[in-house]
Amino acid sequence: AEVEETFKRILAHKGVVGVIIVNFDGIPIRSSFADSSLTVQYCALIQQLAHKSRSAIRDLDPGNDLTFLRIRSKKNEIMVAPDKDYLLVVVQEPCDQP
Amino acid sequence: MEIQYVYTKKRAEFGRQCIFSDRPAELLVDIAPNPDALKEFVERDPVDRGVQVVQEMSEHDVNTERFETDSHGLNHAEGGWPKDVNAQEVEQVIRFRKKVEKDEMYISTVQTLGGQMEHCIKQNNAIDIYQDYFSDVEIQASEEPPSAKTINVFKDPYKDRGVAHISWYPDGPTKLAIAYCNTDFQRAPKDTSTESYVWDVINPNSPEMTLKPVSPLVCLEYNPKDAHILVGGCYNGQVAYWDCRKGSQPIETSEVSTGHRDPVWKVIWNQSKTGTECFSVSTDGQVLWWDIRKFAEPIEKLYLDATKKQDASQAQGAYVLEYEPTIPTKFMAGSEQGAIFSCNRKGKTDADKIVAVYPGHIGPVYALQRNPQFPKIFMSVGDWTTRIWSEDIKENAIMWTKYHQSGLTDGCWSTVRPAVFFTSKTDGTLDVWDLLFKQNDPTLTVQVSDEPLQSLRLQEHGRLMACGSQGGVATIVELSEGFYAQNRNERNLVNTIFERETRREKILEARHREMKLKEKKGGGGDDEEEHGEEQGEDLMAKAEQDFFAAIENEKKLRERRKEERENAMREAESAGNEEEQGGEEERQNLERVEEGGEEEADNSPNEEQAAAAAAPAEEKGETEGNEKA
Repeated sequence: AEVEETFKRILAHKGVVGVIIVNFDGIPIRSSFADSSLTVQYCALIQQLAHKSRSAIRDLDPGNDLTFLRIRSKKNEIMVAPDKDYLLVVVQEPCDQP
Repeated sequence: MEIQYVYTKKRAEFGRQCIFSDRPAELLVDIAPNPDALKEFVERDPVDRGVQVVQEMSEHDVNTERFETDSHGLNHAEGGWPKDVNAQEVEQVIRFRKKVEKDEMYISTVQTLGGQMEHCIKQNNAIDIYQDYFSDVEIQASEEPPSAKTINVFKDPYKDRGVAHISWYPDGPTKLAIAYCNTDFQRAPKDTSTESYVWDVINPNSPEMTLKPVSPLVCLEYNPKDAHILVGGCYNGQVAYWDCRKGSQPIETSEVSTGHRDPVWKVIWNQSKTGTECFSVSTDGQVLWWDIRKFAEPIEKLYLDATKKQDASQAQGAYVLEYEPTIPTKFMAGSEQGAIFSCNRKGKTDADKIVAVYPGHIGPVYALQRNPQFPKIFMSVGDWTTRIWSEDIKENAIMWTKYHQSGLTDGCWSTVRPAVFFTSKTDGTLDVWDLLFKQNDPTLTVQVSDEPLQSLRLQEHGRLMACGSQGGVATIVELSEGFYAQNRNERNLVNTIFERETRREKILEARHREMKLKEKKGGGGDDEEEHGEEQGEDLMAKAEQDFFAAIENEKKLRERRKEERENAMREAESAGNEEEQGGEEERQNLERVEEGGEEEADNSPNEEQAAAAAAPAEEKGETEGNEKA
C-alpha cells in the first residue's frame, strides 16, 4: 500500500516517463512501462551497469559505496537508486520549469 | 735471411702440359726461436682482462593482426527467475511478484529509495543542471595553437592505385566516395582493379559499397541534390552514373564514341531544374554537358580553345573545372598548359563562349575554386605555387604564394572562413593557409603521409578534411577550432585584403599599358623600332641604376644605424635605463628598415615593375632617412 503510494507519487512528478523496481536477480517487480520487453531490457542493462559502478567505487575506495547513479543522455535521464537487494530506476525527461 | 728457390725450364718445353708428381716434404728453412727476444718482454702476473656476461637480447617487432569488428544486436530474454517460476507463465510470475511485495524489507527499501529519487527528480525539474551555459557568448578567436589530428585512415585493398578523387556525402560527414586510379601514364599493371568504394567514416576496415565501372574512375561526385546518385568519370573517357540503392554496376555509361578521348579528369553537377545535368572536362580539350537520363550523347560541347574560334585542333586539355551553383551559366576550366579559361555556357557566338583566358601557371592547373564567400575571387593551384585571382584582373594574379620545394597537387578554400585555404603537396604535407594570420607562409603544415598527396576535399562544415595519397590511403584529418570558428570581423578584413591587392594589380596594369602605348607612339618603321629598343635599353639601364642607388642608400643607412647603436650601448653601460630604451627603439626602427629593404629586393626580378617600384622605393628610403636624421 505504501509502496503503491510512493510509486504513484514518483510517477506524478513532471517529466517522469517511467518507474521500475528491480530485485537483485534482475527481475522487474513493478514497472510502469506497458511494454514488457522494454522493461526487461531496462532491467537487464541497468542492473549490470549499477552493479559495475558499485564495484568500481568500492575498488577505488573500500570504504566508499554507491549512493546514486545518474545517466544523462541526449533525450532523457535515467536515475538509479541502488540498495542491497533492490534497485529503483526512474526515467525522466528533464525540462525547465516555466 | 733470403729464401730462394730456383726453378729452370727449357724454352722448348714452355707450354707443355704440367705433369704433377708427389714427393716427400723437403725442409727448406728452419728458423729456431731466439731466446734473446724474451728479454724485451716482462712477464705479467696477474693479467687483468675484462669479461662481460650479458644477456643476449634482440629486438623484434610484432604487429598483431587487425581484428575485424562487427556490430550485432543482442536479444535480451528474460532471466533471473528462480527455478520454480516459469517466466512464460503469467500466473506464476504474478504470484512471485506478490510474494516479494509482501516482504517487509521491500516496503521500507522502496520508501527510502523513493525519497532519494524524488529529491533528484525535483532537482532536475527545478533547473536543467546539464544545460549548455554561455552558449550565446561570442567565441573569441581561439587561443590555442592551430593543430590538426588524423582521425581515420582508409586503405585501398589493392596496391598500385592512388586516390584520384574524394567526394563527401552531401548529408553530413558520414560517408566518403573515393575514386581509385593509377594515373601514371600506361604504367598501371594489367590486372589493376577498376573498383572504387564508398566508405563509411566509422568503419575503416571495409568499404560500405563498391562501385564497378568499366575502367578505373578518375573522379567521382555525389549529386548535391540527391544523395544517392553518384557520377564518375573514367580513365578511358566514359562517364557513368550510379545509384547507391541499386548496386555496384553503373546505371548507365556514356558511349566511348561520343564521349571524351582522354581520361575524364573532372565531373561536376550542374544546377538545373531536373537536377540531372552534369558536365565533364578532359585532357582532350573538350567540355561536355550530359544529362544523366540520356547518356548516349552529350547535350552540348565546347572546345577550350584560346583563340576563341572553337577550333578542336587548338584546344587545350584541361584538368579541372570550377562551377559555382549560384552562378549557373558561368564556369572555369584550368588547362594542362597552365591557362585558366573563364567561360560562359550561354554565349551566343563562339567567341562569347570563352570569356577570358588568364595566364595561370607554368604547368598544369591542378585545382581551381572560387572563394565561397567572395565569388569574384578564385584560387588556382599548379606548378609550385598557389595563386589567387580576381575575376576583373586578367593579366596577373592578385596574390600568390612563394615557390615551394615540392609541387602542389590540389587545393581548396575553407567553406566556413573566407580567409582560409588548404593545399596538398607531393611531399605528403597538407598546408593550411590563413590570410588573416600570415600571408607568406602556411599557418599550419601537417605531414599527412609519406607518399605524395594527390587529392583533397574539405567537408562542408569545414572541420574534416579528407586527403588521398598516391599509395591509395585516404586520411581524414580533423582541424583545430580556430579553422572553422567564424569571426565576425573576418569578412570585412578579408574583403579589404582582396580589394587592396586588386587595386594594386589594376594600377600596375594601367601603368604597363601606358608604357606600351608610349612605345607604340614612338612612330613606325625601323628607325623608330631602334628608337624603341634604345628606349627599352635606356629604361633597363635606368632601372638598374635606380636599384643600385637604392641599395647603396640602404647600406649607408644601416652602417649609420650600427654606429649609433654601438654608441647607444656604450652609453647605456655607463648611464642608466633610459639609454637602453632608446637603443631598443632604434633597433626596432632598424628592423623595419631591413624589412623595407627586403621588399625592394623582391620587386627587382620583374624589370618593368622595377622601374615603377624603384622610384617609390627610393622615395620611401629617402623619407625614412629623413626621419632618422
